[in-house]
Amino acid sequence: MENSRKPVIEFRDFSFQYFSQADPTLHDINLTIYEGEKVLIVGPSGSGKSTLGNCINGLIPFSYPGEIKGCLTVCGIETATASIFALSQHVGTVLQDPDGQFIGLSVGEDIAFALENECVKQAEMKEIVQRAAAMVDMGGLLSASPFELSGGQKQRVSFAGVMVHEVEALLFDEPLANLDPATGKTAIDLIDRISLDYHKTVVIIEHRLEDVLYRHVDRIVVMSEGRIVADLSPDALMAADILTPLGIREPLYVTALKYAGVPVTEALHAGRIDTLDIAAVRDAIFDWDAAQPEREKKPAHEPILQATDLSYRYVQQRPILKNLSFSIEAGEMVSLVGTNGAGKSTLAKVITGICKDPEGKMLFRGEPMDDWTIHERSGKIGYVMQNPNQMICKSMIYDEVALGLKLRGLSEEEIKPRVEKALKICGLSPFRKWPISALSFGQKKRVTIASVLVLEPELIILDEPTAGQDYRHYTDIMEFLRQLNESGTTILLITHDMHLMLEYTPHAIVLHAGEILHDGTAVRALTSEQIATAASLKVTSLYELATRAGVADCEAFVQHFIDYERSTAR
Amino acid sequence: MKAKLFDYVERHNAIYNLSGVTKLLCFLMLTAAVMFSYDIRAIAVIMVLSLVFLGMSQIQFRQIKLMLLYVLLFLVLNFILTFVFSPTYGTQIYGTEHVLFSIFGRYVVTSEQMLYQATKTLKYASVVPLGIIFFLSTNPSELAASINRAGVNYKAAFAFSLTLRYFPDLIRDYQDISAAQQCRGLDLSKKEKLGKRLKNILNITIPLIFSTLERIETISNTMDLRGFGKEKKRTWYAAKPMKGNDVFAISIAMLLLLGTVALSIFVNHSKFWNPFV
Repeated sequence: MENSRKPVIEFRDFSFQYFSQADPTLHDINLTIYEGEKVLIVGPSGSGKSTLGNCINGLIPFSYPGEIKGCLTVCGIETATASIFALSQHVGTVLQDPDGQFIGLSVGEDIAFALENECVKQAEMKEIVQRAAAMVDMGGLLSASPFELSGGQKQRVSFAGVMVHEVEALLFDEPLANLDPATGKTAIDLIDRISLDYHKTVVIIEHRLEDVLYRHVDRIVVMSEGRIVADLSPDALMAADILTPLGIREPLYVTALKYAGVPVTEALHAGRIDTLDIAAVRDAIFDWDAAQPEREKKPAHEPILQATDLSYRYVQQRPILKNLSFSIEAGEMVSLVGTNGAGKSTLAKVITGICKDPEGKMLFRGEPMDDWTIHERSGKIGYVMQNPNQMICKSMIYDEVALGLKLRGLSEEEIKPRVEKALKICGLSPFRKWPISALSFGQKKRVTIASVLVLEPELIILDEPTAGQDYRHYTDIMEFLRQLNESGTTILLITHDMHLMLEYTPHAIVLHAGEILHDGTAVRALTSEQIATAASLKVTSLYELATRAGVADCEAFVQHFIDYERSTAR
Repeated sequence: MKAKLFDYVERHNAIYNLSGVTKLLCFLMLTAAVMFSYDIRAIAVIMVLSLVFLGMSQIQFRQIKLMLLYVLLFLVLNFILTFVFSPTYGTQIYGTEHVLFSIFGRYVVTSEQMLYQATKTLKYASVVPLGIIFFLSTNPSELAASINRAGVNYKAAFAFSLTLRYFPDLIRDYQDISAAQQCRGLDLSKKEKLGKRLKNILNITIPLIFSTLERIETISNTMDLRGFGKEKKRTWYAAKPMKGNDVFAISIAMLLLLGTVALSIFVNHSKFWNPFV
């Protein structure tokens, strides 16, 4: 049986080196993916997984030239010499950024893009587009413009755009990176459905392992430093101790099993929570849960930010925020969650003063802040954007961090010690004299945080601080924020990341359609179907594990897990 | 906020239902006609017709209010400046001098100069409604297709469509970046001195350029992966097929162009219509 299958993608002793780099990015890759298989490629940032994907779809060597050794055949075509156009007939690629890759002015045009380039006649084109759109449930929205679509819908359109060809293989480059958890779940479902219904070979490149394993995957290929270090079934991979040392996060329920002292073997079928042999682990889970001490609640602090009946609307539009009342205590780390359009960014803008004159009352340390200008607020409340490239405007680290103080007209003698201090807190002191372009994404993020910290705000708002980061960088950034928080800065995080909410922010505010749906513990938000569904979150797999095992108080089980991890694992 | 470059409203009438390429060709032909001719009678005919077409298109006045205001301002300014810089150009062209009244020195108002300036003003004015019709009554999706089918290379034509697609994103990025910089103490309000304000705006431009470059990489990869530039030609999903109405409209525009040219060659024996001899 194994030998009769047709290979679709075949790497043999394959190496690749970008002309712009000193060392090869991929070494000695040997990998065969067969017809109809569904393969997940995981690996930390810089492991070469995206480069591997770009080799398969032909962007290497077409757009990114370099030196290829060995051989790669895709659907019988040798990629080193083939044109990207010939390859695109066989491999359909959906890129990471659903907004950036939407090139048409309407859904129909975007799906038709490849057909237009092949001079397909209009009547035929409309027929194919209609069919492809129907496959991804976008048939009714052909004339919608990209400005009216959500991220998930845009991704579906890109998906349909590659389905207009009778491609044999589909390649997804980090399909979950820009989606909220619930939309991500739908995307994985759709990929699964299409691969089964139309018998496509599917390759998914993603570091969010647990989210992809929501549906069946045949094999997981693990990459590290340009090499394949494992090529196993999900069940076998969970049993092997490969992921954690590489800085890839294993599914939370697997971690929970390990905490409970269960030896994870292949026979447990821990690849997916649905297939996990729950009967074999039930006792261990119960024993562990019962052994966990109840933690005492931290005493309450005085509030730093209080809002009462806060409403906001843009000129002549329906209100974006409706009668919000909440309170954030000094020294808290709070997450602000909700779907796109729920009002999260607007709330941040109202707090920082970018959106002026909201209705209702806001108090900062008990003082009304209605009359404070953006400028006055910026000394007390810092705001860090999601993409550091959108904030950095100087070429040297020192200048970038000093900018806010210079703008305030401080003298160089006053500026220097404050910048040094901020750089030290952010672990950037050794790089003080470096150009920013030499830094990694995570380091740039720290520069932006330092450039806000230097103004000594008491409250910092961060928009998606870990978006697009692998587990290692995620942990770096979050542990840094936690230390910052422990030294007294109050932190408000706008996020979609459930792990982040669960592990770092005891307090979560969930917005839905401009109203507060939940203002309480993050554990509650992620163990309640009702809250999770409305806010486009996903109930954590820990909760599912507890439910399947029959634990009486599942919410407490999740809380125990967090406390245990906090106290022992780190 | 949904910022769009053009506010396209779908309507169904004789003008909207024409294919974009028809409207572009008619616009080009009638523009060529009025640019070629200095016969105010021919230009007036086209001016009247273009206003009739604008009426037929049912484009709302409020959609074009601002644009018309700028055009009006330009025309008035142009009229005055033409007189200031060459008050005797009319007499040079027509070879006669009928003085209406004198202002001072060489600034003498003549019938010739007035005819010349009226012709020139009307020339510009008659093109405006045609341009408005083309841009506002054509679905933005169809613009690139129209430009390509009118003979422009499809890569250049597609760049037009990409601009329409990504311009609003650029605006949004600008707003976000500007907001974040203001939170760091960048003052963009009028309280700040102009020089400093310009310098502050530069602090927004740099991150804007870098985030735009990031975006361009994604776009060009997507286009490569989906075969853009593979063939010498390309078809257009959003192109409107040519129908009877289109042929009719193009014929009218062509007749007007030929008529104008014929008027100059056979009747006026010059680009100018000279009623003074």
